[in-house]
Amino acid sequence: MTTTASSTTPAVEVHDLRKAFGSVQALDGLDLTVETGQVAGFLGPNGAGKSTAIRVLLGLLRSDSGSARLLGGDPWRDAVALHRRLAYVPGDVSLWPNLTGGEAIDYLARLRGKPDKRRKAELLERFELDPTKKARTYSKGNRQKVALVAAFVSQVDLLVLDEPTSGLDPLMEAVFTEHVREAKAAGTSVLLSSHILSEVEKVCDTVTIIRGGRAVESGTLDDLRHLTRSAVTAVVDGDPSPIAAMAGVHDLATTSNGAGTRVTFDVDNSEMGRVLPAISALGVHSFTAQPPSLEELFMRHYGDELAADGVPTSGDGADGAGKHAASSRAGAQ
Amino acid sequence: MSAVTAAPPLASAPAARGGTTLTGTWSLVRFILRRDRVRLLVWSLAIPALYLASLGEYTAMADDPEGMQARAALVQTPAMVSMTGPGYGTDDYTVGAAVSNELVLWMVLALAVMSILQVVRHTRAEEESSRSELVRAAAVGRHAPVVAALVVVLLVNVVVAALSSAVLVGAGLEAVDSVAMSLGVAMSAMTFGAIALVASQVTEHSRGATGLSMAALGAAFTLRTIGDMQEQHGSWVSWLSPIAWAQQMRAYVDLRWWPAALGAVVIVVLLFVASTLASRRDFGAGLVPDRPGRADALPSLRTPAALVWLQQRMALLWTALGLAFMWFATGTIVNQVGAMTESLANNPVYASVLGSGEVTKAFVGIIVLYAALGAAAYGIVAALRAKTEEDAGRAEYALATPVSRARWLGANLGVTSAGTVVVLVTGVLALAGGAAVAGTEDVTFGEVTEAGLLFLPALAVFVGLAAALFAWIPKATSLVWLLLEYTIVVALFADLFHLPDWARRISPFWWVPDPLTAGVDWVHVGGLCAVALVLFVLAFAGFRRRDVATK
Repeated sequence: MTTTASSTTPAVEVHDLRKAFGSVQALDGLDLTVETGQVAGFLGPNGAGKSTAIRVLLGLLRSDSGSARLLGGDPWRDAVALHRRLAYVPGDVSLWPNLTGGEAIDYLARLRGKPDKRRKAELLERFELDPTKKARTYSKGNRQKVALVAAFVSQVDLLVLDEPTSGLDPLMEAVFTEHVREAKAAGTSVLLSSHILSEVEKVCDTVTIIRGGRAVESGTLDDLRHLTRSAVTAVVDGDPSPIAAMAGVHDLATTSNGAGTRVTFDVDNSEMGRVLPAISALGVHSFTAQPPSLEELFMRHYGDELAADGVPTSGDGADGAGKHAASSRAGAQ
Repeated sequence: MSAVTAAPPLASAPAARGGTTLTGTWSLVRFILRRDRVRLLVWSLAIPALYLASLGEYTAMADDPEGMQARAALVQTPAMVSMTGPGYGTDDYTVGAAVSNELVLWMVLALAVMSILQVVRHTRAEEESSRSELVRAAAVGRHAPVVAALVVVLLVNVVVAALSSAVLVGAGLEAVDSVAMSLGVAMSAMTFGAIALVASQVTEHSRGATGLSMAALGAAFTLRTIGDMQEQHGSWVSWLSPIAWAQQMRAYVDLRWWPAALGAVVIVVLLFVASTLASRRDFGAGLVPDRPGRADALPSLRTPAALVWLQQRMALLWTALGLAFMWFATGTIVNQVGAMTESLANNPVYASVLGSGEVTKAFVGIIVLYAALGAAAYGIVAALRAKTEEDAGRAEYALATPVSRARWLGANLGVTSAGTVVVLVTGVLALAGGAAVAGTEDVTFGEVTEAGLLFLPALAVFVGLAAALFAWIPKATSLVWLLLEYTIVVALFADLFHLPDWARRISPFWWVPDPLTAGVDWVHVGGLCAVALVLFVLAFAGFRRRDVATK
């Protein structure tokens, strides 16, 4: 890895970036940072502006205003020099129809520098890709694998991955995750755009949630979890109703079962310290607290939109969290 | 056609009802009409409009009987035979005889191109993208998409025939002949639609299917020229060409219907062949299954130019070979020009039109022009491959590698320009070679070659314009086709339409000197080079600054 002076500056630094296509404001003051050597998740549903931001960073689109720096350079002016140090995987890979997968990988890798034959063979085997087939006969998942192999085969400073696992089966997703971790261990910075929350949760150090072309939440996963709630389930002897009145407690529900009273509620993580003594005073038989999943974070920002589109969401949209809580409850008995 | 305004549901058949392999055809027909309403409307109106414009000129010409007979003599000269027809009715050249002899060739060509593009667009191209898969998965019969595409082509040809007949009858021509000629044109055009359907079964790519069908059209054009050159009213060679079938109906002279029946028979045979081939292959596949390729790229595949070359070389090979074959064959009949000249020499009107020595050169000049038009079309197709790359998202992927905009565009234009030069040079050398083999003494190998090479700057203008449009207004790249069509009109019909000088000068080919019949004006050559250079500079400047289209 080239650990030059740029190792102190972030790999990606975007500030107040704006880009409009006609009357559509695709980016509306986006801020985004990827620290060198970190894996940054870039989350948002389709149409949130993820791909537009990435294309500005690749110098394919010219931003209207704001600043964008990539590996210490200007993504538009220094495109060629910067592209030598990065690899890109688009979400919808379109390959040259009369090239085989192996030829496409070699071509892309050679443009970046001298490819490592052994590494290519290794990656082909890990991703279970037949390199002798013509690109037009590949399925979507296999085209995606070609792009992934072409990206991982080069030693680069930055990986820009735009929904890279679309079309991959779960086994291949696991292989992908492994290689992202490997790249990170080698000092590569990664910008991973996705709408698959579990994927981001598995590999990312930081997360930026984008909505309407603007970052609505960003920080480390722990930071973000602090801002949100945990789902608590407990079986207690006493009457839990006073807890409902405590600050930071939401959606408290009780059912009586043979052993005592089962109580479920969500609590703001910042208030957890005050709620715990109160509940332990009630005589606890069992207790589970489920940390908020990324899905829950995500739904909190997009839940209203889904509700408006007629998709049922429970309360503040913590559907997934509810399911987790249910399964841990079953395990507790 | 324009009555269809809303997209109909694709599958209106209820699930309970059974279905045949044609279920949903009608819905698909309406869907195609909806998708293509603008382009089909333009075709349907342009052809009758062309009849209307020419009729005005012929009617005016007919006011002067001597002028009309001079025209009759002119159209029997070799150069004009290659641009018109077998020459029925030249003894008493009426407006009808002129329309039938001079226009049918071009109407068939235009409608054949329309039919080919339309068939390929709705069969192989749909299958190549996954759109057809989506449609076939609905309650749509196996043969419905193909039949729907054919029905639309038939519909458009019939509408054009009806409108054309109305225009011709409106100008006072015989009704039966007008209808017969229009239907004959439609039948010949449909034959090429049927050829395109067969080609769509054989090749795996729409580009290949279009190329094969266009090659068939080119062959038909050449056979017709050769046959009609060999003998007045055409030899047996002419009859090999579906274009001739419409011309051989002798409309307005001594009408006969049966040549049109040839078209009908051939169409039925071709449809049978297409359906047999279709049932032997899988959806999305060609007849020949894909073999495994290389696991590793050749060492040479390391630059954008190498990649573009890899993508374009097969198209270049077949275009250059096919056209060279056509021009060589045409070259071998150059010596017959002299014989034709002698047979016409006792016609006093004819003698006043052209000196006998010039006739061969005039004929060769026209063939060189055709060769240049073919090379221009190749250059435009190849240059616009850059847009295909961008639309498919491959430009985005390629430009995310350490390849600058200029290098990427340069690779595309470099390979395109080299290919265009190859197509022109091989074509002209083949023509000159054919003429030399035939043993003509009226033109030398060098003269033919020089006449051809002088078209290079004009070809650069076409490629440059395609590139500049791609760089600045990618949505309007088809304007370069409009310029080529206009160039054809100026080259072939400028005198008939009495186009003013300024209008002729819009055509890049107007500026190309013809050393066979006049001197070489190097100022014009320099001017074309300068325009081409400006267009190329504009292309690079524009592509460097614009956004790359994203999928």
